[in-house]
Amino acid sequence: MQIVVDLNRCQAYAQCAFLAPQVFELHGEEALMFTPTVPDDQHEHVRRAAAACPVQAILVGERAGP
Amino acid sequence: MTGKPWKGRIVIVGASLAGLRAAETLRDEGFTGPLTLVGEEPHLPYDRPPLSKQVLLGRTRATEIGLPRRRDVDARWKLGVRAGAIDPIEKKVILADGELLPFDRLLIATGTRARPWPDPVEARLDGVLTLRTSDDAAQLAERLDAGPRRVLVIGAGFTGSEIASACRERGLEVTVAERGPSPLVGALGGALGAFAAKLQRAHGVDLRCGVTVTSLKGRDGRLTGAEFSDGSRIEADVAVVALGAVRNTEWLAGSGLAAGPRGVACDAGCRAFNMYGIVTDDVFVAGDVARFPHPLFEYQMLALEHWGNAVAQAEVAAHNMVSTGPHRRPHLAVPAFWSSQFGLNIKSIGVPTFSDHVVIAQGSLRERRLVAVYGYRGRITAAVTVNRAKWLEHYQYLIETAAPFPPESGAADRPDSAASVPSDVPDPQLLSHGPTVALTGHLPDRRLTLVRHEPTPTAAHRR
Repeated sequence: MQIVVDLNRCQAYAQCAFLAPQVFELHGEEALMFTPTVPDDQHEHVRRAAAACPVQAILVGERAGP
Repeated sequence: MTGKPWKGRIVIVGASLAGLRAAETLRDEGFTGPLTLVGEEPHLPYDRPPLSKQVLLGRTRATEIGLPRRRDVDARWKLGVRAGAIDPIEKKVILADGELLPFDRLLIATGTRARPWPDPVEARLDGVLTLRTSDDAAQLAERLDAGPRRVLVIGAGFTGSEIASACRERGLEVTVAERGPSPLVGALGGALGAFAAKLQRAHGVDLRCGVTVTSLKGRDGRLTGAEFSDGSRIEADVAVVALGAVRNTEWLAGSGLAAGPRGVACDAGCRAFNMYGIVTDDVFVAGDVARFPHPLFEYQMLALEHWGNAVAQAEVAAHNMVSTGPHRRPHLAVPAFWSSQFGLNIKSIGVPTFSDHVVIAQGSLRERRLVAVYGYRGRITAAVTVNRAKWLEHYQYLIETAAPFPPESGAADRPDSAASVPSDVPDPQLLSHGPTVALTGHLPDRRLTLVRHEPTPTAAHRR
């Protein structure tokens, strides 16, 4: 599972950081850092985080490529 | 797509963010024909913003920054192969490996590469690096892991500043050399440039502005240090050349397209112009390599090195590639970007360099939490937030509606927010770092040329 966050859209509501703290972390008050390749045991947490994001900035999918 | 689905062959040159999102949009639009994606790098598409952040901090490996797909694109992928030329008559892309790819519609999304250090001998010294690709980031992260005694960052644009931030966070000594008066000044103007300079120094960066690196010193092929134009020298094990980007247009030299160091010129619908200024109907452009006219900025040709622009422009280009005249859409997205450095979240909407004045409308430089609003001739053209991202949407609306500048005071604004000051956007000739937004049009009241000609930037840097 691969993720990318549209950080133009992100407004640091931090719902993702509560729901999947191993994948999303606020660096300082507002700067979001995420782990693009999601560890296997975090898939469910990440799906919940993506669903909960108030600005729907998190894209979850298979890795793009051939 | 509306009406009958367009039939034909599509080739996309460039398999990074813009190329990928264009391919997905083509399929979303109902295009079912043969689709080929060509990428120079051998890697699957990946996300570049983490390269100067998570990867340098050692939180994410450079191989683990792949992009998620929105859908299957059912395409033929030619990765690790450069496109060498276009035959505009026969409508073929000629690849470096000799293969010919015939197309009915072509998308150019070849992006940019890092501007190299101008002295090729010094550039080859072990320890001299650039940062643009995942391979670059992997190398730099490895160097930082090894605990260099000092890192030299040449150029204090966003990339250079983020590298310096990562170094300090890892406890590494870092010197930043910038020919201009302050970091980020080329993108954000004088007031926030001065803020960025204070921020860097408060975090222990040895920031040297108004100087150039005159030479990189080495012994036995390894970097040992650098000399500055003011006569001073430092010792350093690693030097990162962050002088901005070069647009990948050389391969289009014989194509007859309006392609050059400023990018590939296209209309608001992403159709490329040829060298006579006539719009083509089968060649489209998107992403960092494109220059396009934007109505919010007096139809100046903008070239944006922004993640969001690559996505939005790719979507418009793809839609237009398979749509007929009246169904085509303009690319009108308001430019936006973000940067995180020294623990702060810096975000921008609009074009801050398209301004004559700036006002700190909310917060203050001292609090390190603020909204700076930029105006040009009495209307709002941009806003930059530091740790106040939630306000950007509001200012986007003001930019889109050409609201008057200075903005009216709201409840969240400083009571004394009326005091605007000149935005002090410098001529980029004076900077080490290349601008990430290039205004290449003409402003009548200023002699403003915000894109430098080859090979001036590197030569200027060494003067």
